[in-house]
Amino acid sequence: MPHDGDHDHGGKPELSPIALRVRALESLLVEKGYVDPAALDVLIDTYETRIGPRNGARVVAKAWTDPSFAEWLVRDATAAIASLGYAGRQGEHMVAVFNSPETHNMIVCTLCSCYPWPVLGLPPVWYKSMPYRSRAVIEPRAVLREFGVEIPDGRQVRVWDSTAELRYLVIPERPAGTGGWDEERLAELVTRDSMIGTGLARMPA
Amino acid sequence: MNGPHDMGGFTGFGPVRPEADEPVWHADWEPRAFALVLAMGMTGSWNIDTARHARERLPAMQYWQSSYYEMRHHALLLQLIELGLITAQEEETGRMSVAPAPVKRIARSGMIPAILAAGGPSDRPGTRPQGFATGDVIRTRNENSDGHTRLPRYARGKRGEIVAVHGMHVFPDSNAHGRGEDPQWLYTVRFGARELWGKDTRDEVCIDLWEPYLEPV
Repeated sequence: MPHDGDHDHGGKPELSPIALRVRALESLLVEKGYVDPAALDVLIDTYETRIGPRNGARVVAKAWTDPSFAEWLVRDATAAIASLGYAGRQGEHMVAVFNSPETHNMIVCTLCSCYPWPVLGLPPVWYKSMPYRSRAVIEPRAVLREFGVEIPDGRQVRVWDSTAELRYLVIPERPAGTGGWDEERLAELVTRDSMIGTGLARMPA
Repeated sequence: MNGPHDMGGFTGFGPVRPEADEPVWHADWEPRAFALVLAMGMTGSWNIDTARHARERLPAMQYWQSSYYEMRHHALLLQLIELGLITAQEEETGRMSVAPAPVKRIARSGMIPAILAAGGPSDRPGTRPQGFATGDVIRTRNENSDGHTRLPRYARGKRGEIVAVHGMHVFPDSNAHGRGEDPQWLYTVRFGARELWGKDTRDEVCIDLWEPYLEPV
């Protein structure tokens, strides 16, 4: 781990250089009155415990079971997703893209790390990494293989580069053998990666 | 600008390394760095486009060698010092030596849920005529500006097809430089991998592009 936190040196914890810089900046910005330390805690708690990919899984499961909701997602994903309570920062303009036997969709932001926070939470390290941002657009199938996903030659791969303020959510294909399942059970099959397009929904056990 | 952030099509960064059961944070300082970036953004001292442009202006080697939250921290410092909100000496000591500069807003803890829920929509009303429609074939301009742009290098001078029209949105190339929001029509444009990369494949890349990036074919 190149950027880990505290090391133990004879019982005295020693902070890494970046940890010291961040701590110094926080105390400076608090002293200058620009930030409220309690607001920092609320921000961290929000993205650590409240907002994450279970939100998106609920959107997908509803799309699988409710054709009118799926149609709403196609027409106005922002409104359809907001109807489940997921909206706001980094999800102001949502687009849902549906996988099919003809097309596999995959999301990237080559210029920064744009990601639909209200439905997926904060992006994983690999999504923000140079390898993913550089290669997803030029060799998506090779990248997918690194996730253990092989897309058949006959199926087109369509990569969405999030260059504007639109945020994309992949609706993976519903696994076979789930007829009659309710939304809650289906949502268990929806992984985060399946909603980025670097994975598929889980097969039922 | 042709900055280090414009990653599409690079090779040499190695494989993608998915991490099983990835935690939200990988060190104790990461959530603090993340929250400082957000909280300072909420003071209204800059917009999302100036913040992105600050990251792009980091020295290339620093950008590529930093972890994500380190990079965000460095870009935040760049903005704070440029805008006179802190001094380099204060950053060094972590103690105030110059009186605070006025900011538009201080985000108190009780305000955070409403601020996050409101977000920052980029769509704007406008009367500018719509230059392209779904199905139109366009070519992207081959521009190498010194400033901020969201037209990636790999998609310049390329032929594509408009597949969606999203109304008018804040134009980053203007907004990043204090020249106003200048809303422009925003389109999703589909490019064949053959056009972008010369590859013999039916695969495609869709990119969201503002009208000034496009010209008719």
